[in-house]
Amino acid sequence: MHSDAFDRYHHGHSLIHDLDPRVKVVVTVAFILSNALLPDAAWLAFLLAWAFILIANALSGLGLGFTFRRSFIALPFALAAITALFSIPGAPVMSFRFLMQDFTITDAGLLRFVSIVIRSWLSVQMAILLVAVTEFPKIVHALNHLRVPTILTVIISFLYRYLFVLTDEVMRLLRAREARSAGAAGKRGGGSVMWRARVVGNMAGQLFLRSYERSDRVYNAMLARGYKGELMTIHPHRFQAGDLLIGLLALVCLVLMQVAGRLP
Amino acid sequence: MTDVVSVRDLHFSYPDGHAALRGVSFSLCAGDKVALVGPNGAGKSTLMLQLNGILIGRGEIAIGDMRLTRDNLPVIRGMVGLVFQNPDDQLFSPTVFEDVAFGPLHMGLPEAEVFKRVDAALESVRMTSYRDRLSHHLSVGEKKRIAIATVLSMNPSVLILDEPSAGLDPRARRRLINLLRELPITMLVSTHDMKLVEELFPRTIVMDEGLIVADGVTKEILEDETFLNAHGLEKP
Repeated sequence: MHSDAFDRYHHGHSLIHDLDPRVKVVVTVAFILSNALLPDAAWLAFLLAWAFILIANALSGLGLGFTFRRSFIALPFALAAITALFSIPGAPVMSFRFLMQDFTITDAGLLRFVSIVIRSWLSVQMAILLVAVTEFPKIVHALNHLRVPTILTVIISFLYRYLFVLTDEVMRLLRAREARSAGAAGKRGGGSVMWRARVVGNMAGQLFLRSYERSDRVYNAMLARGYKGELMTIHPHRFQAGDLLIGLLALVCLVLMQVAGRLP
Repeated sequence: MTDVVSVRDLHFSYPDGHAALRGVSFSLCAGDKVALVGPNGAGKSTLMLQLNGILIGRGEIAIGDMRLTRDNLPVIRGMVGLVFQNPDDQLFSPTVFEDVAFGPLHMGLPEAEVFKRVDAALESVRMTSYRDRLSHHLSVGEKKRIAIATVLSMNPSVLILDEPSAGLDPRARRRLINLLRELPITMLVSTHDMKLVEELFPRTIVMDEGLIVADGVTKEILEDETFLNAHGLEKP
């Protein structure tokens, strides 16, 4: 059984695919940071940022609309900013009553809200592109090189490795339940909600126990191969002049975006 | 010549009081390929974990002429290659390369040597083209072979395998048998696959209830049907 639900890597060869993963991680983080720093209603800068993503998309060979299509997944999270509509003082645009409360949307609030949605939407697209063009282990290596604490990168890479194994485990549990969920003809099967909840609870407990025991076996396997408490890895990344050039170019673009966002 | 592995009067009880080993003694000579059979719960896996010092019981274990103590565990672990039953437990790194390089890196070998070891190990299990693959995308048969490569890269003096043929389809099983036959290394293989025992191992150790109940020529042991039945085994 294979669970590939989490693998977002799209195999391919392109300028962006072959870029050093460190450059990709740095540029992505810088891009997200730069978005966060842009002032509200910096329309020109937002447009430039979007153009930046489109160019990256085009260079990656995945198609201009690639990240756009996948970006809607993150929009619900941007709704957390909805309070900005009402809480920023400004000229009222619209008022309504909801749950016996008066709400007034202000112009400044509206601008702030739209800007937040655009910023997060742009940032998410960049992150989507990063995982689509970089194999996950390489992202973790890049984080290692960028001096992210080893304990974090180790946790991330174990999580990634065993996410697949655990999903398979869950699938097996669900399948086993399915296979035994028989029903007598003409009767509604399944039992009461309480009973169902208990079954699910037991399954969650099973999963925890299985994972816990597995972690023991994995640790034994690590010990058996000489693990002494410090994880060692080897990542032969070659940093080439081209990588540096593209990275610098991207950073210059970001600076220009910031300047564009602050023009009067 | 000293034995590659010698175990004398080994006892071990789990923290819950269950006595898994109750006085086990045997030795392996260089080049020996030995099957370890016995019913579930006989203590086979416990014994294997002892040989690598993951569990430590009462008694004496020597690998080559070195006695296993807590101080020389790292050296011992480089000499005893332990392959676990479930390759998903053994392959914990994201890529095949990193998994095979794990042992050599932790032995403190220089980078160039690590690369050489990885290539040689993958070559000997015929998986060279899998070097940069992601471990979780492999089939069970492929994972088993990689799991063997992860310990071969440490150049162990003895290979300990737990249920290598479990869960393999006939072709993958056949490939594994050929691989085990070709590997020029001392090995102790725990298995329920009596056909495999008959085909591959001249010598067999039978365990039951924490004791070795037979240790001898495979053919003779497999012929004694009453004995096999008494210990929950079957004639192939």
